[in-house]
Amino acid sequence: MTQQQTAGPPAAGHADPAEEFLDRQTPLSRIRNILHRYPALSPAIVLLVAVVVFGLLNERFLRVENLSLITQQVSVVGTLAIAQTLIILTAGIDLSVGAVMILASMVVAQLAVGSGAPAPLALLLGLVVGLAAGALNGFLVTRFRLPPFIVTLGTLNIFIAVTLLYSGGSTVRGSSMPGLLTWMGSTFPVGPVRISTGVVMMLLLYIAVAFILGKTAWGRHVYAVGDDKEAARLAGIPVNRVLMSVYLAAGAVLAVGAWIQIGRTNAASPNAGVDLNLDSITAVVIGGTSLFGGRGSIWGSLLGALIVGVFRNGLSLAGLDVLYQTLAVGVLIILAVSIDQWIRKVKS
Amino acid sequence: MTATQIQPANTEVRQPILQARNLVKTFGRVVGLDGVSLDLYPGEVLAIIGDNGAGKSTLIKCLTGAEVPDSGELFVSGQQVHFKRPQDARVHGIETVYQNLAVSPALDVASNLFLGREERVPGPLGKIFRVLDTKGMRRKAKEELTRLGISTLQDVTVPVENLSGGQRQAVAVARAAAFGSKVVVLDEPTAALGVRESNQVLQLVRDLRDRGLPVILISHNMPHVFDVADRIHIQRLGKCAATITPQSHSMTDAVAIMTGAATA
Repeated sequence: MTQQQTAGPPAAGHADPAEEFLDRQTPLSRIRNILHRYPALSPAIVLLVAVVVFGLLNERFLRVENLSLITQQVSVVGTLAIAQTLIILTAGIDLSVGAVMILASMVVAQLAVGSGAPAPLALLLGLVVGLAAGALNGFLVTRFRLPPFIVTLGTLNIFIAVTLLYSGGSTVRGSSMPGLLTWMGSTFPVGPVRISTGVVMMLLLYIAVAFILGKTAWGRHVYAVGDDKEAARLAGIPVNRVLMSVYLAAGAVLAVGAWIQIGRTNAASPNAGVDLNLDSITAVVIGGTSLFGGRGSIWGSLLGALIVGVFRNGLSLAGLDVLYQTLAVGVLIILAVSIDQWIRKVKS
Repeated sequence: MTATQIQPANTEVRQPILQARNLVKTFGRVVGLDGVSLDLYPGEVLAIIGDNGAGKSTLIKCLTGAEVPDSGELFVSGQQVHFKRPQDARVHGIETVYQNLAVSPALDVASNLFLGREERVPGPLGKIFRVLDTKGMRRKAKEELTRLGISTLQDVTVPVENLSGGQRQAVAVARAAAFGSKVVVLDEPTAALGVRESNQVLQLVRDLRDRGLPVILISHNMPHVFDVADRIHIQRLGKCAATITPQSHSMTDAVAIMTGAATA
């Protein structure tokens, strides 16, 4: 009855299952383990291969002017991808990133040009718009427990409508704006390359967010919430507060994106960037961040944005129709998600 | 003998670390707990058993702050407490290992041990930039694992999803037992494990008790319960049907009380 179990000495359990598992590794599963551990590695490889191939196809591709142009083309989507990464890491998705950015850019431009507000004040109010939009998304996700997809699908339409109502559908030209507003479009030489202020701003944002995600408790909580919300809650993480702060941070990043967008296009147009939300999701997904949350790297998203930029630029230099660029991006997305699924099988 | 008067073996008057008095919890018209009391003394393993729907999980959730009881009182070391969140219970040193293993699969062992109580580096880097002390946490995680006698986890930088079921359970138990906790609550710790891994976890439970840490163990597995428990609290229909010891009753008796076929 009182079945006495041999209280096995720890030594008996020393045939460590993890070690047995490691011994059974094939080369393929070893590659998978490495890719699993460093999510930014596979997009880095893809980018490298793409650059080499396009460089071989057309010698103009690797010229510094062209590479500099690619970085400028990528600066807006790259910035939106930061906001998108934060939200996708929490197992959410934000369809409204493009609309929020356009709304913020219209508010900034209208205030500075139409109402004659000082440029710094206009930019500050643009930041407020970004934060308010993030707060609305975050509020609906945390308080009403609606799926982020539905929330941002709704707010996408709301923000587009508000932008058109507010601006009356008219574009504000860069030439009429104060210099500070278009500053992100200005370039300065670094050796033979011309770098735009917008690209520098984007890179600074990446560095800041990478630092916060990698080195602070908040960053770790973002991953934990996306990984397993219930586990995070039981571990004592204030899940709703983390989610809310993620949407607010995304809103702030989008406001900066609005500034970069004004500089890049030298205008604020209510009709620009309708497909920017999908482009930002594309960059994040190609960058190896899992749509299921909790796994991914912010640098992967930069690489993802660069991959899309390199493909579009390289294919057009190779003389292919713009439709083939879209086709290539579509194939890339499906490949990236397939690789992600394969890598995730690593947990046996 | 009456159910509630069995004390731990050493009979000097001791204050319970955790006391529950007349806990009541209803869900709509369903009565989860119908006036349950419970005492947990230092250095004992108290098992809670009961049929499905007897109120085991609800009882545990009320003790650990995951549910707020409708009425009733809770005392930790004689002081009355009110838990509104799991965090409140943790502040009072009550740590829980949930059945579904509240670990974050993609984070490594050390990050999981410190999840929700991360430590920052000293100085302005930690205060202003809130930089995590990753190295320090890894070192402390190793120390805690050694102290708890958990030998199956050598590398604290491995993501938890790469570990076996028993190792994950060890991570979860280590997190609960580490960092000066007073009570460890284990919800079905052996449910998903094989024989050898179950024995490792049971040994871990004994080790915790031998270090003076009281353990509340919820389990369906009678041999496991009778193997490690000092006292056994039997839930039936939302009430405590009896509190027995492995010495006073047999497994058959316990099952009979659980199903209502007998009384203690």
